Amino acid sequence: MRATAAEDSQSGTLVLLCLASWAIPGAGHLWLGRRSKGLIFLIALPLMFAIGVAIRGRLFPFELSDPLVGLAALADLGIGATYFIASALGYGGGEVRAVTYEYGNAFLIVAGLLNMLVVIDAYDIAMGRK
Amino acid sequence: MQSHFVLLAIFAFFVSLVFAVIAKDEARGQLRFGGLMFGGFIASAVVLGWLMYPFPL
Repeated sequence: MRATAAEDSQSGTLVLLCLASWAIPGAGHLWLGRRSKGLIFLIALPLMFAIGVAIRGRLFPFELSDPLVGLAALADLGIGATYFIASALGYGGGEVRAVTYEYGNAFLIVAGLLNMLVVIDAYDIAMGRK
Repeated sequence: MQSHFVLLAIFAFFVSLVFAVIAKDEARGQLRFGGLMFGGFIASAVVLGWLMYPFPL
């Protein structure tokens, strides 16, 4: 019984860790005491996202009728709270006529995907695999 | 900031940085891995750019 309660508590902590790591890039590593890694993620990923927005990239809407747009939206969402903050402030509308539009999209999508990798890395560290 | 090459280099820098920090634990290993990855990005972009040069798209 005790073992089950302990396992539940551990899995709850893991879920919280992954959520924190997703919402704030690098938070999971900071939580686990990997300060330098956490700080690098905390600065680099939102900065990459901000550059994507600044060069007129688009935060894609969740349109399931167009699978590629839906997938791009999922990847954009990977950056966590930064996505919602940018959306709430009206950024990420995209300017399709801008020369840098596709680059902006690449920055936004890849920043989200990299943050997903960072979440998986934090999970691996928490599980003692690294 | 409209230079394709500069944007490519910035993109390569961020991706290399994150991959190096994820993959390696020591600073020296991270520098080596990240530097190699960044160089690979830039070199492959230049080579592919020249390979595509004859095709008028």
